Amino acid sequence: MKYFEDIVVGERTAVGSHTFRADEIKAFATNFDPQPFHLDESAAERSHFGALCASGWHTAVVWMRLMVDYRRRVAEAARARGQPVAAMGPALGFRELKWLKPVYVGDTIDYASEVVEARVSQSRPGLGLLSILSTGVNQRGESVITFVSTTFVERRPMKP
Amino acid sequence: MEKLHWEDFQAGSVTVYGPRLVTREEIIAFAAEFDPQPMHLDETAASATMLGGLAASGWHSCCLLMRIIADGFVNKTHSMGAPGIDEVCWLKPLRPNTQVRVRTTVLETRAPKSRPEFGFVKCLFEMLDEHDTVLTRLTCPVMIARRESGARA
Repeated sequence: MKYFEDIVVGERTAVGSHTFRADEIKAFATNFDPQPFHLDESAAERSHFGALCASGWHTAVVWMRLMVDYRRRVAEAARARGQPVAAMGPALGFRELKWLKPVYVGDTIDYASEVVEARVSQSRPGLGLLSILSTGVNQRGESVITFVSTTFVERRPMKP
Repeated sequence: MEKLHWEDFQAGSVTVYGPRLVTREEIIAFAAEFDPQPMHLDETAASATMLGGLAASGWHSCCLLMRIIADGFVNKTHSMGAPGIDEVCWLKPLRPNTQVRVRTTVLETRAPKSRPEFGFVKCLFEMLDEHDTVLTRLTCPVMIARRESGARA
């Protein structure tokens, strides 16, 4: 990843997309969010969602997976060019997460992230702190999830 | 047993759900699927990071918290899900072989006048370890169906 000093606020990253299958929606819900509307088609039809839909946590963690894969690709490309790679993370948390629409079986969610704030960490002056706004949009162009996460990123080392 | 409605939740009530033992295997399995960063996958790589050793993905902590409260009260309630999360703070790393519990504090109950069929119960969820140290703090409103639509506005 880029060093803190090279990060431009407002820069947008196309993180990747994912199509949610019924079997993975149910498998995730069985482990982590066993509510009827995430587990069973007919129970979901009787619920206010109207059809089987993914746990909101599932929609969120798929962003994380795609983001890790994206960062790995960027890091590998930088190393191939002989450029240093700044360490990123860990994250401190997130805020203002909104599940705006259900994610139904077969929906394809396209994720994007944008740095909305960058500052030097007060507690760890060797690190920068980034606020990152992430969004997921379905194939109908509707936003289904947004949240703002906060994470550390390494600062450019001082020249000796 | 009759499921709980919005009317059954009172601001100020505190309940602890769990415990659940979080194993090394499940930390690595979650990370391999959803958050494959070295600090969540491998002890040696993790010891070189700021976390100083293998720790669960913060998202894993959230998902475990969800599971504990689903078993604890959500599935015994006429829950309609949550519209979002106000804030999550990953305060301390969740290490392998930690027995966690979730302390749930009802902060506020509110019924929107425009939607008489449900109300919001705003909760503070704290994931605790064996020493009652808070590892993760999460606040969110839960949507819960009302027993009598519009009876307690």
